[in-house]
Amino acid sequence: MENEQRWELRLYVAGQTPKSVLALKNITRYCQENLEGRYSIEVIDLLKTPQLAEGDQIVAIPTLIRKVPVPIRKIIGDLSDEEKVLVGLNIRPLPAKNKL
Amino acid sequence: MQQTTGIPKISTGIEGLDEVTGGGFPKGRPILICGSAGCGKTLFGIQFLVKGIVDHDEPGVFISFEETAADLTSNTSSLGFDLDKLTTEGKLRIDYIRIERSEIEETGEYDLEGLFIRLNYAIDAIGAKRVVLDTLESLFSGMQNEGLLRAEIRRLFAWLKEKGITAIITGERGDTSLTRQGLEEYVSDCVILLDFRVVDQIATRRLRIVKYRGSTHGTNEYPFLIDEHGISVIPITSLKLDYTASTGIVSTGLPPLDTLFQKGGIFEGGSTLITGTAGTAKTIMAGYFALGSCLRNEPVLLFSFEEAPDQTIRNLLTIGIDLRPFIASKLLMIHASRPTLHGLEMHLLTLNKLLAAFKPRTVIVDPISCLISVGSPVEVKAMLVRLIDTLKIRKINALFTCLMSSANSTGDNGTIEAVSSLADNWLSLQHELVDGKRKRSVLIVKSRGMEHHNDWVNFTISSTGINLKASLTPTPSTTANGK
Repeated sequence: MENEQRWELRLYVAGQTPKSVLALKNITRYCQENLEGRYSIEVIDLLKTPQLAEGDQIVAIPTLIRKVPVPIRKIIGDLSDEEKVLVGLNIRPLPAKNKL
Repeated sequence: MQQTTGIPKISTGIEGLDEVTGGGFPKGRPILICGSAGCGKTLFGIQFLVKGIVDHDEPGVFISFEETAADLTSNTSSLGFDLDKLTTEGKLRIDYIRIERSEIEETGEYDLEGLFIRLNYAIDAIGAKRVVLDTLESLFSGMQNEGLLRAEIRRLFAWLKEKGITAIITGERGDTSLTRQGLEEYVSDCVILLDFRVVDQIATRRLRIVKYRGSTHGTNEYPFLIDEHGISVIPITSLKLDYTASTGIVSTGLPPLDTLFQKGGIFEGGSTLITGTAGTAKTIMAGYFALGSCLRNEPVLLFSFEEAPDQTIRNLLTIGIDLRPFIASKLLMIHASRPTLHGLEMHLLTLNKLLAAFKPRTVIVDPISCLISVGSPVEVKAMLVRLIDTLKIRKINALFTCLMSSANSTGDNGTIEAVSSLADNWLSLQHELVDGKRKRSVLIVKSRGMEHHNDWVNFTISSTGINLKASLTPTPSTTANGK
Protein backbone atom coordinates (compact mmCIF):
# COMPACT_ATOMS: atom_id res chain seq x y z
CA MET A 1 0.00 0.00 0.00
CA GLU A 2 2.74 2.36 0.89
CA ASN A 3 3.97 2.35 -2.64
CA GLU A 4 0.65 3.85 -3.70
CA GLN A 5 1.15 6.84 -1.42
CA ARG A 6 1.41 10.02 -3.43
CA TRP A 7 3.35 13.05 -2.26
CA GLU A 8 2.10 16.49 -2.96
CA LEU A 9 4.65 19.13 -2.27
CA ARG A 10 4.49 22.86 -2.62
CA LEU A 11 7.50 25.12 -2.79
CA TYR A 12 7.13 28.80 -2.05
CA VAL A 13 9.71 31.08 -3.63
CA ALA A 14 10.07 34.79 -4.27
CA GLY A 15 11.47 35.25 -7.73
CA GLN A 16 14.45 33.42 -9.12
CA THR A 17 16.80 33.94 -6.23
CA PRO A 18 19.77 31.60 -5.88
CA LYS A 19 18.27 30.12 -2.72
CA SER A 20 14.97 29.41 -4.43
CA VAL A 21 16.58 27.93 -7.51
CA LEU A 22 18.77 25.74 -5.34
CA ALA A 23 15.81 24.64 -3.23
CA LEU A 24 13.82 23.58 -6.29
CA LYS A 25 16.81 21.76 -7.73
CA ASN A 26 17.38 19.93 -4.45
CA ILE A 27 13.80 18.82 -3.85
CA THR A 28 13.35 17.71 -7.44
CA ARG A 29 16.42 15.51 -7.14
CA TYR A 30 15.37 13.99 -3.81
CA CYS A 31 11.94 13.21 -5.17
CA GLN A 32 13.25 11.69 -8.37
CA GLU A 33 15.58 9.49 -6.40
CA ASN A 34 13.13 8.39 -3.75
CA LEU A 35 9.57 8.94 -4.94
CA GLU A 36 9.71 8.46 -8.65
CA GLY A 37 6.29 8.71 -10.23
CA ARG A 38 4.60 9.29 -6.90
CA TYR A 39 5.10 12.98 -6.37
CA SER A 40 4.13 16.40 -7.60
CA ILE A 41 5.84 19.69 -6.86
CA GLU A 42 3.92 22.91 -7.21
CA VAL A 43 6.04 26.04 -7.24
CA ILE A 44 4.39 29.24 -6.04
CA ASP A 45 6.15 32.49 -6.73
CA LEU A 46 4.94 34.95 -4.12
CA LEU A 47 6.19 37.88 -6.15
CA LYS A 48 3.45 36.98 -8.62
CA THR A 49 0.79 35.81 -6.19
CA PRO A 50 1.50 37.46 -2.83
CA GLN A 51 -2.01 36.73 -1.61
CA LEU A 52 -1.12 33.05 -1.36
CA ALA A 53 1.40 33.62 1.43
CA GLU A 54 -1.30 33.83 4.07
CA GLY A 55 -2.88 30.45 3.50
CA ASP A 56 0.16 28.36 4.34
CA GLN A 57 1.53 30.89 6.85
CA ILE A 58 4.63 31.62 4.85
CA VAL A 59 7.21 33.81 6.52
CA ALA A 60 10.53 32.41 5.35
CA ILE A 61 11.57 31.89 1.77
CA PRO A 62 12.06 29.31 0.43
CA THR A 63 9.50 27.19 2.27
CA LEU A 64 8.63 23.65 1.27
CA ILE A 65 5.25 22.31 2.37
CA ARG A 66 4.17 18.71 2.36
CA LYS A 67 0.45 18.91 1.71
CA VAL A 68 -0.05 15.18 1.25
CA PRO A 69 0.33 12.95 3.11
CA VAL A 70 -1.02 14.76 6.13
CA PRO A 71 -0.08 16.15 8.57
CA ILE A 72 1.34 19.19 6.89
CA ARG A 73 5.07 19.59 7.25
CA LYS A 74 7.12 22.69 6.67
CA ILE A 75 10.78 22.92 5.80
CA ILE A 76 12.45 26.26 5.35
CA GLY A 77 15.77 26.91 3.66
CA ASP A 78 17.48 25.90 0.45
CA LEU A 79 17.00 22.21 1.34
CA SER A 80 20.70 21.48 0.97
CA ASP A 81 20.78 18.87 3.71
CA GLU A 82 19.24 15.82 2.06
CA GLU A 83 18.97 13.69 5.14
CA LYS A 84 17.23 16.44 7.09
CA VAL A 85 14.80 17.07 4.27
CA LEU A 86 13.91 13.41 3.92
CA VAL A 87 13.44 13.04 7.65
CA GLY A 88 11.46 16.24 7.76
CA LEU A 89 9.13 15.04 4.98
CA ASN A 90 9.10 11.58 6.44
CA ILE A 91 10.34 10.07 3.19
CA ARG A 92 12.18 6.84 3.64
CA PRO A 93 15.16 6.62 1.30
CA LEU A 94 14.81 3.78 -1.18
CA PRO A 95 17.56 1.51 0.10
CA ALA A 96 15.92 1.50 3.51
CA LYS A 97 12.53 0.70 1.98
CA ASN A 98 14.02 -2.20 0.03
CA LYS A 99 15.09 -3.78 3.28
CA LEU A 100 11.49 -4.07 4.39
CA MET B 1 3.39 71.33 24.57
CA GLN B 2 4.02 72.65 21.11
CA GLN B 3 5.91 70.81 18.46
CA THR B 4 9.24 72.49 18.52
CA THR B 5 11.47 70.30 16.41
CA GLY B 6 11.77 69.86 12.72
CA ILE B 7 10.99 66.18 12.36
CA PRO B 8 7.49 65.46 11.12
CA LYS B 9 5.24 63.70 13.60
CA ILE B 10 1.95 61.90 13.54
CA SER B 11 -0.62 61.62 16.24
CA THR B 12 -0.22 58.60 18.50
CA GLY B 13 -3.97 58.22 18.93
CA ILE B 14 -3.39 57.93 22.64
CA GLU B 15 -4.84 60.67 24.72
CA GLY B 16 -2.10 62.66 26.40
CA LEU B 17 0.80 60.97 24.64
CA ASP B 18 1.01 63.53 21.87
CA GLU B 19 1.70 66.16 24.49
CA VAL B 20 4.37 64.09 26.18
CA THR B 21 6.08 63.36 22.88
CA GLY B 22 5.81 66.93 21.67
CA GLY B 23 3.45 66.14 18.84
CA GLY B 24 3.37 62.39 18.41
CA PHE B 25 5.44 59.60 16.94
CA PRO B 26 8.12 60.27 14.33
CA LYS B 27 6.42 60.00 10.96
CA GLY B 28 7.62 57.17 8.78
CA ARG B 29 9.85 55.63 11.44
CA PRO B 30 9.68 52.49 13.50
CA ILE B 31 8.72 52.91 17.15
CA LEU B 32 9.45 50.26 19.73
CA ILE B 33 6.95 49.71 22.52
CA CYS B 34 8.32 47.37 25.15
CA GLY B 35 7.03 46.08 28.42
CA SER B 36 6.28 42.94 30.35
CA ALA B 37 3.32 40.67 29.67
CA GLY B 38 -0.04 42.30 30.25
CA CYS B 39 1.19 45.87 30.22
CA GLY B 40 -0.97 46.91 27.30
CA LYS B 41 1.39 46.68 24.33
CA THR B 42 -1.11 45.09 21.98
CA LEU B 43 -3.83 47.54 22.93
CA PHE B 44 -1.38 50.37 22.41
CA GLY B 45 -0.86 49.16 18.87
CA ILE B 46 -4.54 48.64 18.16
CA GLN B 47 -5.42 52.08 19.43
CA PHE B 48 -2.66 53.64 17.32
CA LEU B 49 -4.21 52.06 14.24
CA VAL B 50 -7.85 52.60 15.07
CA LYS B 51 -7.41 56.28 15.96
CA GLY B 52 -5.26 56.71 12.88
CA ILE B 53 -8.14 55.44 10.78
CA VAL B 54 -10.95 57.20 12.59
CA ASP B 55 -9.30 60.55 13.28
CA HIS B 56 -6.81 60.91 10.44
CA ASP B 57 -8.09 58.56 7.75
CA GLU B 58 -4.81 56.70 7.69
CA PRO B 59 -5.38 53.00 7.01
CA GLY B 60 -3.41 50.54 9.09
CA VAL B 61 -2.12 46.99 9.07
CA PHE B 62 -1.87 44.90 12.20
CA ILE B 63 0.48 41.94 11.92
CA SER B 64 -0.24 39.71 14.87
CA PHE B 65 2.12 36.92 15.81
CA GLU B 66 0.21 36.02 18.94
CA GLU B 67 -3.51 36.45 18.58
CA THR B 68 -5.83 35.64 15.73
CA ALA B 69 -7.86 38.41 14.13
CA ALA B 70 -11.00 37.04 15.79
CA ASP B 71 -9.37 37.10 19.22
CA LEU B 72 -8.08 40.61 18.74
CA THR B 73 -11.47 41.80 17.60
CA SER B 74 -13.30 40.37 20.56
CA ASN B 75 -10.63 41.40 23.06
CA THR B 76 -10.73 45.02 21.99
CA SER B 77 -14.48 45.33 21.46
CA SER B 78 -14.95 46.06 25.15
CA LEU B 79 -12.87 49.19 24.61
CA GLY B 80 -15.21 50.46 21.98
CA PHE B 81 -13.13 49.46 18.98
CA ASP B 82 -15.06 47.87 16.16
CA LEU B 83 -12.29 46.15 14.23
CA ASP B 84 -14.71 44.18 12.07
CA LYS B 85 -16.30 47.34 10.76
CA LEU B 86 -12.97 48.95 9.96
CA THR B 87 -11.81 45.78 8.25
CA THR B 88 -14.95 45.61 6.13
CA GLU B 89 -14.49 49.25 5.17
CA GLY B 90 -11.04 48.37 3.89
CA LYS B 91 -9.31 50.64 6.37
CA LEU B 92 -7.83 48.01 8.58
CA ARG B 93 -6.16 44.72 7.88
CA ILE B 94 -5.30 42.20 10.53
CA ASP B 95 -2.89 39.53 9.41
CA TYR B 96 -2.25 36.70 11.80
CA ILE B 97 1.10 35.02 11.33
CA ARG B 98 1.47 31.76 13.13
CA ILE B 99 4.93 30.42 13.69
CA GLU B 100 5.18 27.05 15.30
CA ARG B 101 8.62 25.75 15.87
CA SER B 102 7.47 22.17 16.11
CA GLU B 103 6.12 22.33 12.58
CA ILE B 104 9.16 23.85 11.02
CA GLU B 105 12.39 22.20 9.96
CA GLU B 106 15.29 24.28 8.86
CA THR B 107 17.88 23.27 6.35
CA GLY B 108 20.18 25.63 4.56
CA GLU B 109 19.86 29.24 3.72
CA TYR B 110 16.60 31.18 3.87
CA ASP B 111 15.33 34.69 4.39
CA LEU B 112 12.13 36.33 5.59
CA GLU B 113 11.03 37.45 2.16
CA GLY B 114 7.70 35.74 2.82
CA LEU B 115 7.04 38.12 5.69
CA PHE B 116 8.07 41.09 3.58
CA ILE B 117 5.76 40.00 0.78
CA ARG B 118 2.83 39.50 3.12
CA LEU B 119 3.40 42.82 4.78
CA ASN B 120 3.84 44.58 1.47
CA TYR B 121 0.72 42.97 0.11
CA ALA B 122 -1.31 43.98 3.14
CA ILE B 123 0.03 47.54 3.08
CA ASP B 124 -0.62 48.02 -0.61
CA ALA B 125 -4.06 46.42 -0.47
CA ILE B 126 -5.44 49.20 1.74
CA GLY B 127 -2.85 51.93 1.23
CA ALA B 128 -1.70 51.68 4.82
CA LYS B 129 0.26 54.45 6.48
CA ARG B 130 0.53 52.76 9.86
CA VAL B 131 1.71 49.27 10.73
CA VAL B 132 1.88 47.36 13.99
CA LEU B 133 4.05 44.26 14.40
CA ASP B 134 2.97 42.46 17.56
CA THR B 135 5.33 40.99 18.56
CA LEU B 136 8.21 40.46 16.22
CA GLU B 137 10.06 38.46 18.82
CA SER B 138 7.82 35.51 18.14
CA LEU B 139 10.04 34.94 15.14
CA PHE B 140 12.82 33.98 17.50
CA SER B 141 10.75 31.33 19.15
CA GLY B 142 9.85 29.85 15.80
CA MET B 143 13.19 29.88 14.03
CA GLN B 144 16.64 28.96 15.11
CA ASN B 145 18.97 30.97 12.95
CA GLU B 146 19.30 33.98 15.19
CA GLY B 147 21.97 35.73 13.16
CA LEU B 148 19.80 35.54 10.10
CA LEU B 149 16.73 36.75 11.95
CA ARG B 150 18.58 39.76 13.26
CA ALA B 151 19.86 40.68 9.83
CA GLU B 152 16.35 40.31 8.44
CA ILE B 153 14.76 42.41 11.17
CA ARG B 154 17.27 45.13 10.47
CA ARG B 155 16.36 44.90 6.81
CA LEU B 156 12.66 44.99 7.68
CA PHE B 157 12.98 48.23 9.61
CA ALA B 158 14.99 49.82 6.84
CA TRP B 159 12.37 48.69 4.36
CA LEU B 160 9.51 50.10 6.40
CA LYS B 161 11.33 53.40 6.68
CA GLU B 162 11.85 53.44 2.95
CA LYS B 163 8.16 52.86 2.39
CA GLY B 164 7.40 55.77 4.70
CA ILE B 165 5.42 53.62 7.10
CA THR B 166 5.09 54.59 10.73
CA ALA B 167 5.41 51.26 12.47
CA ILE B 168 4.93 50.18 16.05
CA ILE B 169 6.98 47.16 16.98
CA THR B 170 6.21 45.60 20.30
CA GLY B 171 8.70 43.66 22.36
CA GLU B 172 8.56 41.70 25.55
CA ARG B 173 10.61 43.10 28.41
CA GLY B 174 13.85 41.23 29.00
CA ASP B 175 15.69 40.61 32.25
CA THR B 176 18.66 42.78 31.47
CA SER B 177 17.58 44.64 28.37
CA LEU B 178 14.48 46.49 27.31
CA THR B 179 13.43 43.62 25.11
CA ARG B 180 14.32 39.98 25.28
CA GLN B 181 15.83 39.93 21.84
CA GLY B 182 17.42 43.34 22.06
CA LEU B 183 15.15 44.86 19.44
CA GLU B 184 16.01 48.27 20.84
CA GLU B 185 19.32 47.98 19.01
CA TYR B 186 17.52 48.18 15.71
CA VAL B 187 14.97 50.82 16.52
CA SER B 188 16.95 53.93 17.05
CA ASP B 189 14.27 56.54 16.65
CA CYS B 190 11.74 56.13 19.37
CA VAL B 191 11.52 53.68 22.25
CA ILE B 192 8.69 53.66 24.78
CA LEU B 193 8.64 51.52 27.87
CA LEU B 194 5.39 50.44 29.50
CA ASP B 195 5.36 49.30 33.06
CA PHE B 196 2.72 47.68 35.21
CA ARG B 197 3.24 47.42 38.91
CA VAL B 198 1.23 46.79 41.97
CA VAL B 199 2.10 48.85 45.00
CA ASP B 200 0.10 48.33 48.17
CA GLN B 201 -2.49 46.35 46.24
CA ILE B 202 -3.16 49.21 43.91
CA ALA B 203 -2.14 48.67 40.34
CA THR B 204 -0.53 51.48 38.47
CA ARG B 205 0.54 51.58 34.88
CA ARG B 206 3.34 53.81 33.80
CA LEU B 207 4.88 54.89 30.57
CA ARG B 208 8.32 56.30 29.90
CA ILE B 209 9.91 57.54 26.73
CA VAL B 210 13.30 55.91 26.79
CA LYS B 211 14.51 57.68 23.72
CA TYR B 212 13.21 59.84 20.97
CA ARG B 213 15.83 60.84 18.48
CA GLY B 214 15.56 64.31 17.06
CA SER B 215 12.85 65.45 19.40
CA THR B 216 12.45 66.81 22.85
CA HIS B 217 10.18 64.77 25.06
CA GLY B 218 9.04 64.45 28.60
CA THR B 219 11.42 62.25 30.58
CA ASN B 220 9.21 61.39 33.51
CA GLU B 221 7.30 58.24 34.13
CA TYR B 222 3.76 59.07 33.14
CA PRO B 223 0.86 57.16 34.60
CA PHE B 224 -1.47 55.75 32.03
CA LEU B 225 -4.79 54.03 32.23
CA ILE B 226 -6.68 51.42 30.36
CA ASP B 227 -10.38 51.88 30.73
CA GLU B 228 -13.49 51.56 28.61
CA HIS B 229 -12.15 54.14 26.16
CA GLY B 230 -8.74 52.58 25.68
CA ILE B 231 -5.41 53.98 26.81
CA SER B 232 -4.90 57.49 28.07
CA VAL B 233 -1.75 59.04 29.43
CA ILE B 234 -1.80 61.72 32.08
CA PRO B 235 0.86 64.15 31.02
CA ILE B 236 0.23 66.75 33.66
CA THR B 237 3.77 66.82 34.94
CA SER B 238 4.92 68.00 31.57
CA LEU B 239 3.01 71.21 31.97
CA LYS B 240 4.91 74.40 32.43
CA LEU B 241 4.22 77.28 34.74
CA ASP B 242 2.95 79.46 31.96
CA TYR B 243 -0.70 79.95 32.71
CA THR B 244 -2.02 83.48 32.66
CA ALA B 245 -3.14 85.06 35.89
CA SER B 246 -6.58 86.48 36.16
CA THR B 247 -7.35 89.80 37.82
CA GLY B 248 -11.07 89.07 38.18
CA ILE B 249 -12.47 88.54 41.65
CA VAL B 250 -14.91 85.86 42.70
CA SER B 251 -16.82 85.47 45.91
CA THR B 252 -16.08 82.69 48.35
CA GLY B 253 -19.82 82.21 48.50
CA LEU B 254 -19.92 83.69 51.98
CA PRO B 255 -20.16 87.51 51.69
CA PRO B 256 -18.85 88.29 55.20
CA LEU B 257 -15.82 86.14 54.47
CA ASP B 258 -15.25 88.07 51.26
CA THR B 259 -14.88 91.25 53.27
CA LEU B 260 -11.79 89.86 54.92
CA PHE B 261 -10.07 90.09 51.56
CA GLN B 262 -9.00 93.54 50.43
CA LYS B 263 -10.62 93.14 47.01
CA GLY B 264 -13.81 91.66 48.37
CA GLY B 265 -13.17 88.14 47.24
CA ILE B 266 -10.51 85.89 45.89
CA PHE B 267 -8.83 85.92 42.50
CA GLU B 268 -10.65 84.09 39.79
CA GLY B 269 -9.11 80.81 38.69
CA GLY B 270 -7.13 80.44 41.87
CA SER B 271 -6.87 77.51 44.20
CA THR B 272 -7.94 77.70 47.79
CA LEU B 273 -7.02 75.40 50.60
CA ILE B 274 -9.11 75.02 53.73
CA THR B 275 -7.46 73.22 56.60
CA GLY B 276 -8.77 72.32 59.97
CA THR B 277 -9.30 69.50 62.41
CA ALA B 278 -12.44 67.40 62.45
CA GLY B 279 -15.64 69.41 62.88
CA THR B 280 -14.25 72.83 62.05
CA ALA B 281 -16.79 73.39 59.26
CA LYS B 282 -14.59 72.66 56.28
CA THR B 283 -17.38 71.01 54.31
CA ILE B 284 -19.72 73.88 55.15
CA MET B 285 -17.20 76.33 53.73
CA ALA B 286 -17.01 74.10 50.68
CA GLY B 287 -20.80 74.21 50.50
CA TYR B 288 -20.74 78.01 50.44
CA PHE B 289 -18.12 77.91 47.76
CA ALA B 290 -20.33 75.66 45.65
CA LEU B 291 -23.35 77.84 46.30
CA GLY B 292 -21.44 80.96 45.34
CA SER B 293 -20.46 79.46 42.04
CA CYS B 294 -23.98 78.20 41.36
CA LEU B 295 -25.39 81.65 42.04
CA ARG B 296 -22.98 83.04 39.45
CA ASN B 297 -24.46 80.43 37.12
CA GLU B 298 -21.08 78.71 36.86
CA PRO B 299 -21.06 74.90 36.88
CA VAL B 300 -19.57 73.23 39.94
CA LEU B 301 -18.00 69.82 40.22
CA LEU B 302 -17.79 68.53 43.76
CA PHE B 303 -15.62 65.53 44.50
CA SER B 304 -16.77 64.04 47.72
CA PHE B 305 -14.60 61.34 49.24
CA GLU B 306 -16.44 61.03 52.52
CA GLU B 307 -20.14 61.49 51.97
CA ALA B 308 -22.71 60.35 49.48
CA PRO B 309 -24.25 63.22 47.47
CA ASP B 310 -27.54 62.96 49.34
CA GLN B 311 -25.86 63.21 52.68
CA THR B 312 -23.88 66.28 51.66
CA ILE B 313 -27.02 67.99 50.45
CA ARG B 314 -29.04 67.03 53.52
CA ASN B 315 -26.36 68.25 55.90
CA LEU B 316 -25.90 71.56 54.12
CA LEU B 317 -29.66 72.05 54.07
CA THR B 318 -29.74 72.07 57.87
CA ILE B 319 -27.73 75.28 57.90
CA GLY B 320 -29.67 76.92 55.13
CA ILE B 321 -27.57 76.03 52.11
CA ASP B 322 -29.96 74.56 49.61
CA LEU B 323 -28.13 72.99 46.72
CA ARG B 324 -31.04 70.91 45.45
CA PRO B 325 -32.19 73.31 42.73
CA PHE B 326 -28.68 73.36 41.31
CA ILE B 327 -28.48 69.59 41.25
CA ALA B 328 -31.78 69.61 39.39
CA SER B 329 -30.61 72.25 36.94
CA LYS B 330 -27.38 70.30 36.47
CA LEU B 331 -25.32 73.26 37.56
CA LEU B 332 -23.86 71.19 40.36
CA MET B 333 -22.46 67.73 39.93
CA ILE B 334 -21.43 65.74 42.96
CA HIS B 335 -19.08 62.89 42.25
CA ALA B 336 -18.79 60.72 45.32
CA SER B 337 -16.42 57.79 45.58
CA ARG B 338 -14.26 56.08 48.11
CA PRO B 339 -10.66 57.19 47.84
CA THR B 340 -9.48 53.60 47.92
CA LEU B 341 -11.76 52.61 45.08
CA HIS B 342 -9.11 53.44 42.54
CA GLY B 343 -5.46 54.23 42.34
CA LEU B 344 -4.51 57.88 42.36
CA GLU B 345 -4.20 57.99 38.63
CA MET B 346 -7.71 56.75 38.18
CA HIS B 347 -9.01 59.51 40.41
CA LEU B 348 -7.07 62.04 38.45
CA LEU B 349 -8.27 60.64 35.18
CA THR B 350 -11.87 60.57 36.34
CA LEU B 351 -11.46 64.20 37.23
CA ASN B 352 -9.90 64.98 33.86
CA LYS B 353 -12.73 63.28 32.06
CA LEU B 354 -15.37 65.07 34.08
CA LEU B 355 -13.58 68.34 33.43
CA ALA B 356 -13.80 67.69 29.73
CA ALA B 357 -17.40 66.52 29.81
CA PHE B 358 -18.94 68.80 32.41
CA LYS B 359 -16.76 71.89 31.92
CA PRO B 360 -17.07 73.17 35.48
CA ARG B 361 -15.89 76.64 36.46
CA THR B 362 -15.46 75.53 40.03
CA VAL B 363 -14.03 72.29 41.36
CA ILE B 364 -14.18 71.26 44.98
CA VAL B 365 -12.36 68.29 46.44
CA ASP B 366 -13.60 67.36 49.89
CA PRO B 367 -11.34 66.33 51.46
CA ILE B 368 -8.10 66.12 49.59
CA SER B 369 -6.32 64.68 52.62
CA CYS B 370 -7.98 61.31 52.38
CA LEU B 371 -6.18 60.60 49.14
CA ILE B 372 -3.13 59.96 51.26
CA SER B 373 -4.58 56.56 52.01
CA VAL B 374 -4.26 55.62 48.37
CA GLY B 375 -0.60 56.14 47.75
CA SER B 376 2.75 57.02 49.17
CA PRO B 377 3.32 60.66 50.17
CA VAL B 378 5.53 61.22 47.14
CA GLU B 379 2.90 59.89 44.78
CA VAL B 380 0.11 61.80 46.45
CA LYS B 381 2.12 64.97 46.25
CA ALA B 382 2.86 64.42 42.58
CA MET B 383 -0.79 63.73 41.94
CA LEU B 384 -1.94 66.83 43.77
CA VAL B 385 0.51 68.97 41.88
CA ARG B 386 -0.86 67.59 38.65
CA LEU B 387 -4.40 68.09 39.83
CA ILE B 388 -3.87 71.69 40.84
CA ASP B 389 -1.97 72.42 37.66
CA THR B 390 -4.74 70.97 35.57
CA LEU B 391 -7.29 73.18 37.25
CA LYS B 392 -5.08 76.25 37.01
CA ILE B 393 -4.49 75.80 33.33
CA ARG B 394 -8.23 75.70 32.82
CA LYS B 395 -8.71 78.74 35.04
CA ILE B 396 -11.01 76.82 37.30
CA ASN B 397 -11.75 78.05 40.80
CA ALA B 398 -10.52 75.23 42.96
CA LEU B 399 -11.22 74.51 46.57
CA PHE B 400 -9.60 71.75 48.55
CA THR B 401 -10.42 70.86 52.10
CA CYS B 402 -7.79 69.14 54.15
CA LEU B 403 -8.23 67.39 57.44
CA MET B 404 -5.54 67.90 60.06
CA SER B 405 -5.19 65.53 62.94
CA SER B 406 -4.37 68.28 65.45
CA ALA B 407 -4.65 72.03 65.39
CA ASN B 408 -0.93 72.53 65.65
CA SER B 409 0.18 70.15 62.99
CA THR B 410 1.18 71.69 59.73
CA GLY B 411 1.58 68.75 57.49
CA ASP B 412 1.61 65.53 59.40
CA ASN B 413 0.16 63.73 56.44
CA GLY B 414 2.19 65.31 53.70
CA THR B 415 -0.75 66.69 51.82
CA ILE B 416 -0.75 70.11 53.43
CA GLU B 417 2.87 70.54 52.64
CA ALA B 418 2.18 69.60 49.07
CA VAL B 419 -0.90 71.70 48.60
CA SER B 420 -0.16 74.76 50.67
CA SER B 421 2.76 75.83 48.52
CA LEU B 422 0.60 75.46 45.43
CA ALA B 423 -2.54 77.00 46.77
CA ASP B 424 -3.13 80.68 46.20
CA ASN B 425 -5.32 81.09 49.25
CA TRP B 426 -5.18 79.23 52.50
CA LEU B 427 -7.87 79.41 55.14
CA SER B 428 -7.30 77.77 58.47
CA LEU B 429 -10.32 76.81 60.56
CA GLN B 430 -10.27 75.98 64.23
CA HIS B 431 -12.47 75.60 67.22
CA GLU B 432 -11.48 75.78 70.84
CA LEU B 433 -13.31 75.43 74.11
CA VAL B 434 -13.66 78.70 75.98
CA ASP B 435 -15.64 78.54 79.21
CA GLY B 436 -17.21 75.31 78.13
CA LYS B 437 -18.35 76.85 74.86
CA ARG B 438 -17.10 76.04 71.47
CA LYS B 439 -15.56 79.02 69.81
CA ARG B 440 -15.02 78.84 66.10
CA SER B 441 -12.62 80.98 64.15
CA VAL B 442 -11.09 81.35 60.76
CA LEU B 443 -7.72 82.73 59.73
CA ILE B 444 -6.57 83.71 56.30
CA VAL B 445 -3.11 82.20 56.34
CA LYS B 446 -2.32 83.55 52.94
CA SER B 447 -3.88 85.10 49.91
CA ARG B 448 -1.48 85.59 47.08
CA GLY B 449 -1.37 89.04 45.60
CA MET B 450 -3.95 90.50 47.95
CA GLU B 451 -4.07 92.35 51.22
CA HIS B 452 -6.13 90.44 53.75
CA HIS B 453 -7.31 90.32 57.32
CA ASN B 454 -4.60 88.97 59.57
CA ASP B 455 -6.41 87.92 62.72
CA TRP B 456 -8.42 84.94 63.72
CA VAL B 457 -12.00 85.92 63.04
CA ASN B 458 -14.73 84.31 65.12
CA PHE B 459 -17.83 82.86 63.63
CA THR B 460 -20.84 80.84 64.67
CA ILE B 461 -22.93 78.32 62.85
CA SER B 462 -26.71 78.34 63.12
CA SER B 463 -29.63 77.09 61.09
CA THR B 464 -29.18 80.11 58.86
CA GLY B 465 -25.59 79.28 58.16
CA ILE B 466 -22.27 80.79 59.12
CA ASN B 467 -22.38 84.09 60.94
CA LEU B 468 -19.02 85.68 60.63
CA LYS B 469 -18.21 88.47 63.01
CA ALA B 470 -15.70 90.55 61.18
CA SER B 471 -16.34 93.51 63.36
CA LEU B 472 -12.67 94.13 63.94
CA THR B 473 -11.03 96.50 61.56
CA PRO B 474 -8.66 94.52 59.46
CA THR B 475 -5.14 94.70 60.78
CA PRO B 476 -2.75 95.69 58.05
CA SER B 477 -0.29 93.06 57.22
CA THR B 478 3.18 93.76 58.46
CA THR B 479 4.87 91.96 55.64
CA ALA B 480 4.40 92.05 51.93
CA ASN B 481 1.61 89.83 50.82
CA GLY B 482 1.76 87.06 48.34
CA LYS B 483 4.82 85.50 46.95
